[in-house]
Amino acid sequence: MLIIGELINTSRKVINEAVDSKDEDYIKNVALEQVKAGADYIDINCGTKVHNEVETMEWLVDTVQNAVQVPLCIDSPNPKVLEAGLALCKYGQPMINSITGEKNRVNNILPLVVKYKAKVIALCMDDAGMPEKAEDRLRVAKNLHAKLTEAGVSENDIYFDPLIKPISSVDSAGLEVLEAIKIIKQKYPNVHLVCGISNVSYGLPNRKILNRLFTVQTMTMGMDSYILDPMDKGMMGIIYASRALLGQDPYCTDYINAYRKGLYEEIN
Amino acid sequence: MSKLNNLAEAVFQGDFTEVKNLTQQLVDDGVDPLIIINEGLIGGMNIVAPKFKAGEMFVPEVMKSAKAMHIGMEVVKPLVAESDIPYAGKVVIGTVAGDLHDIGKNLVIMILESGGFKVIDLGVDVPPEGFVEAIKKHEPQIVGMSALLTTTMMAMKDTINAIEKAGLRNKVKIVVGGAPISQDFANEIGADGYGADAMAAKEICSKLLSR
Repeated sequence: MLIIGELINTSRKVINEAVDSKDEDYIKNVALEQVKAGADYIDINCGTKVHNEVETMEWLVDTVQNAVQVPLCIDSPNPKVLEAGLALCKYGQPMINSITGEKNRVNNILPLVVKYKAKVIALCMDDAGMPEKAEDRLRVAKNLHAKLTEAGVSENDIYFDPLIKPISSVDSAGLEVLEAIKIIKQKYPNVHLVCGISNVSYGLPNRKILNRLFTVQTMTMGMDSYILDPMDKGMMGIIYASRALLGQDPYCTDYINAYRKGLYEEIN
Repeated sequence: MSKLNNLAEAVFQGDFTEVKNLTQQLVDDGVDPLIIINEGLIGGMNIVAPKFKAGEMFVPEVMKSAKAMHIGMEVVKPLVAESDIPYAGKVVIGTVAGDLHDIGKNLVIMILESGGFKVIDLGVDVPPEGFVEAIKKHEPQIVGMSALLTTTMMAMKDTINAIEKAGLRNKVKIVVGGAPISQDFANEIGADGYGADAMAAKEICSKLLSR
């Protein structure tokens, strides 16, 4: 299980303000708190800084690494920004968020995956657009798998994101993702699957319930990495509980530790 | 007339069968199709809109009501000339170049149509020239642009520039929306309006037309 902490993103108002005022302490604290809460990777996204995304990325990477010694997930569709961030990564194996099956993205981002020996999140979309059916996702995954492995990327470094869409607009949107996880995992047992869950509940009440249940459902099908807010105790508790139930937590050690850390106070 | 109220109620409830039956009955009773449309079908959506805005109704319920309204429209449409169907305004809408996301845009279209707007959907990944050509062809009062990515939101600026260059800027009002968009960004690129969600998009369109 890989938890990627999503909180350092300039589309969030607090982060945007901290970046504008060069508030290092605030950014460092957000990084530290996420790691304490269980994040394995810290995602850094400053895509809203359209005029100085490169400089902002460099500053954020340096600042975060002054606070925590964990690998980073450099998050941008812009290859220049990715390279600027990757070049500064000091701890562990960096991750790129993200490549897609779109020709431009493959041409520009695949060389960076190879050069920095990075893990890579591969979105299951291509020039034909956003996927609807499970088969659409598998088709893109096949193409990307071929291109990535041909370039020497290890299967263990590939994280397919099936792209979660809201069930409020298409009834079967959740089901198609569950099916996609199953068939991708069947074809490529050694790759990983990752996603951001919250899209699934867009437009509906009680989003937390839907997000947590969908996390459990996707885990059951074989998803093993999530981009999320690790400070969300309820969600982290659900993940530890689900891992234990799926036989991924020897002696239920992590589950019991989660209990001791108070992750289930809300339920009791 | 209570049957019209019942039709509006059935649209609000998203009851497809009831909407179809009541619309047919009203037609058979000889009621003016335009009254059926305005008071029955759009009337139903007028119940939906404020409830959605207030958070009492949710996206799938709005979609169900919109579908019900369309089912009723299919019954009445053959009885009226296209040109006689009243509309609040004409909107050309699309997701900008490089961006393939359409869920938000489609929701906006649904809400606009439910509010009586005529909407021409250009689809996704629409280049600036695509918008320019559509403005020439359809002569809308409003152009709507959607972008979900921080990398594609600058394509909105390019599109506005292209519209200016083509000498069409004073012919249309431009409204933008999408996850990374803000009122500040809309101002920065010289758009006329910003909609934070589908309801806000409809409200800004109505407001721009009433000026």
